[in-house]
Amino acid sequence: MDLTRMTAAELGAAIAAGETSAVEVTQAHLDRIAAVDDRVHAFLHVDTDGALAAARAVDERRGDGQPLGPLAGVPLALKDVIVTRGVPTTVGSRILEGWIPPYDATVTTKLHEAGIVVLGKTNMDEFAMGSSTENSAYGPSHNPWDLDRVPGGSSGGSSAAVAAFTAPLGIGTDTGGSIRQPAAVTGIVGHKPTYGGVSRFGLVAFSSSLDQAGPFARTVLDAALLHEAMAGHDPMDSTSIDAPVPPVVAAARQGGTGDLTGLRVGVVRELSGQGYEPGVEAVTREALARLEKLGATVHEVSCPSFGYALPAYYLIAPSECSSNLARFDAVRYGLRVGDDGVRSLEEVMSLTREAGFGPEVKRRIILGTYALSSGYYDAYYGQAQKVRTLISRDFAAAFETADVLVSPATPTVAFPIGERANDPLAMYAADLCTLPASLAGLPAISVPSGLSEGLPVGLQVMAPALADDRCYRVAAALEADRGRPLTEEAPAL
Amino acid sequence: VTTLESTVDIASRYDPVIGLETHVELGTVSKMFCGCPTTFGAEPNTQVCPVCLGLPGSLPVPNEAAIESTIRIGLALHCDIASWCRFARKNYFYPDMPKNFQISQYDEPLCTDGYLDVTVEGRTVRVEIERVHLEEDTGKSLHVGGATGRIHGADHSLVDYNRAGIPLVEIVTRPVTGTGALAPEVGRIYVTELRELLRSLGVSDVRMEQGSLRCDVNVSLSPAGSGVWGTRSETKNVNSLRSVERAIRYEMSRQAELLDRGGRVVQETRHFHEDNGRTTPGRSKEEATDYRYFPEPDLVPVAPDAAWVDRLRTTLPELPAERRARLARELGATDFEMESMANAGVVELVAATAAAGAPADEARNWWLGYLTQKANAAEIEPADLAIDPAQVARVVALVEDGTLSVGLARQAVDGVLETGADVDTVVAERGLRRVSDVDALAAAVDEAIAAQPDVAEKIRGGKVSAAGALVGAVMKATRGQADAKTVRELILQKLS
Repeated sequence: MDLTRMTAAELGAAIAAGETSAVEVTQAHLDRIAAVDDRVHAFLHVDTDGALAAARAVDERRGDGQPLGPLAGVPLALKDVIVTRGVPTTVGSRILEGWIPPYDATVTTKLHEAGIVVLGKTNMDEFAMGSSTENSAYGPSHNPWDLDRVPGGSSGGSSAAVAAFTAPLGIGTDTGGSIRQPAAVTGIVGHKPTYGGVSRFGLVAFSSSLDQAGPFARTVLDAALLHEAMAGHDPMDSTSIDAPVPPVVAAARQGGTGDLTGLRVGVVRELSGQGYEPGVEAVTREALARLEKLGATVHEVSCPSFGYALPAYYLIAPSECSSNLARFDAVRYGLRVGDDGVRSLEEVMSLTREAGFGPEVKRRIILGTYALSSGYYDAYYGQAQKVRTLISRDFAAAFETADVLVSPATPTVAFPIGERANDPLAMYAADLCTLPASLAGLPAISVPSGLSEGLPVGLQVMAPALADDRCYRVAAALEADRGRPLTEEAPAL
Repeated sequence: VTTLESTVDIASRYDPVIGLETHVELGTVSKMFCGCPTTFGAEPNTQVCPVCLGLPGSLPVPNEAAIESTIRIGLALHCDIASWCRFARKNYFYPDMPKNFQISQYDEPLCTDGYLDVTVEGRTVRVEIERVHLEEDTGKSLHVGGATGRIHGADHSLVDYNRAGIPLVEIVTRPVTGTGALAPEVGRIYVTELRELLRSLGVSDVRMEQGSLRCDVNVSLSPAGSGVWGTRSETKNVNSLRSVERAIRYEMSRQAELLDRGGRVVQETRHFHEDNGRTTPGRSKEEATDYRYFPEPDLVPVAPDAAWVDRLRTTLPELPAERRARLARELGATDFEMESMANAGVVELVAATAAAGAPADEARNWWLGYLTQKANAAEIEPADLAIDPAQVARVVALVEDGTLSVGLARQAVDGVLETGADVDTVVAERGLRRVSDVDALAAAVDEAIAAQPDVAEKIRGGKVSAAGALVGAVMKATRGQADAKTVRELILQKLS
């Protein structure tokens, strides 16, 4: 039995039943990392000692007869944007190289409480800005389906780890699509929860009003189990929603029966056509046919404001980031360049930021600083917030006739490393499908829908706020109809 | 400017316009957006956490008690309370500001459009309040080396983040016009009155010397009667009531001299110097910082509903102005007397002394007279003297029952101020009790008569007025403890 090929649910059950141990499971994944991660480069930091210690603790609890949760002892790849006490957290940036956080994110604490074993911290586009991990200061990750292609981004390290079977579970964060897009292009499941569903405390901020952490897994049920472990109200995050976690695990199990009778599916007209690869559109049409076969009714809906999502996003996210990243000033933590006792504070700050931030981060800081400037605020930031309201209204109208909305998760399959690295607008277009739900704060999942020329395609399923369970139900039904996770079809590394 | 022109003369040529921005550190147990304690004077950087240090990933959670205090301040200042408002980020770089933005409020303050009435020389001036908003304080920097104590030119800087994140309320007035030569006093009395109000609300310890109440003073001059406002200067961190008055006086004089010469007032921030009472230029606002305000996305809007506001309204104490009106009735004090007491900062002390049993007139005379002199000599507020109203009431009682003369009573007060002991202990230990016992005095009287036989002879001869010399001698011999009236009677009796 290859422990790395098992699902998280299977591993959790086997550990709880004593058929294997958390240490064995963890060691198997550490071995797999040692074997393949030099080619995939999913991890920035592998915490071997910490992972084995956490696994031993789970085995001891089991030995003491204490009850274990469904994911106790199951390994996980954690995006390096989530702070971990005593374990380096770089956010993919030179500016935080060597920083050891003195505290845990709420998500990290919840993982510990669930007995989930954090294998290490995964690669990402610097400060979560990008769609390929090519903006990481530490080099790109590689798509396990084709090592010359990107694994998506910004959470590409976690998606690559899960797709490469170096971890059954991963955590990403999604600001404009950074969970769904990498999930789609690596053939795994990735869910962006309702904004406020998962605590942001300890998530190094890119764009505060959009950032949301969520699960990656190779199966819908595994993603739901992880969602349940990481979600819930947190008094440390005032934007956290004080409501019960949606019943995502139950929904995944229900959807797994393959019955979607009575479900109304709206297909967003604006998320298709120009810029969408024919192969992606073909797989998406086939997925819609399968939804109908499973009992759903499918109709087209129009969301005219979605066309403004991209420009609105590229005003709001940079604006917030220009403020959020102001704290990286060489004074209190992280990189400090040129502090020779002669240079002034401003000079040291300037040299540090010049060396510590990559070009995409600088571009967005400058964009956002400009957009918030006196005299430009109303025309840019203010206008973008109005577009956000219009997008929310489009969603509200569409949900009057549909229980869920669907679209491709990305316009294209994984693109080759380097292809878009010097073309920011082409890179930004990777998030065309995912931006509307981000701007409206709505839950959305990407579930594998098939292959186009041998590369994975994802279907995005969007639902009203706090109806995350609908995403999981539809995703699980599609998965059940396929018969097995798409990653089973991936070429061996 | 070397000598200041009188404000009366300045006001004959220019109409001063003043504006005050007051920052108040709230006395909440924990900070504005985290659970750290707010105790003053702790070891540097011991009251900090990831949130108030602005570590990556940390998030603010608002302190409800601070929001309530702000609303109560707004209500006490007759403001409208917003039914929905947001915090905003004010973006600028400074090493003592951990996030390089300050969470503040911008175009949606919690409280707007209020007023505070102040009385200056019998005239009531309504100071309009534009806004009251809530924000977080910054840390404290100490710039080491360099001549100015400021960051430019310093060798290095030390930063204490204990203060970072302490809730800070900013109270901004509308421009105050039409006060003429009284402008400096209006400024001081407004801050005095505001401080009393905040103290009565119990929202802050309002200690200017510790920085929990800080004032920025805006001053401009316009040619008399022109109605066209001049360019203003903004003098930062004026940290005593007296300094508020001095800073306005100095700025009026400085600007008047500039304008008289045909010069131009520059819109700028200035620093006030306690030692010489002058202001010097800080950074120029003409190259203004763009704070790039935008709604704080880490916080949900604050929406005080009517029920909440109404409940807070019921928690307002009797406010200083109402209280003074009541006390004026109870103390039987005239408006002039009340104003004198208010300006000296002794209204509450007089009331408490009267409440402790002293006649109101006596209580007022002590606090406005001898005790205010003592406070001035020590350069402290009367309230900070080492004597409390109960002790003053005891002194008054001892004078009334004849135990102490007024002179002895002052000695007793001096003893209390010096030692901190209570009045009765001081009287006993220093032997200040007035001597009216005839037997005890007889010997001293005999000595005085023996020492000045010529005077005694005059009295015997019917020249009663000469007795004063002998009374004086006895008083001197008894170190003032004798009762002069008894001494006089004794002398006359013996020489009749």
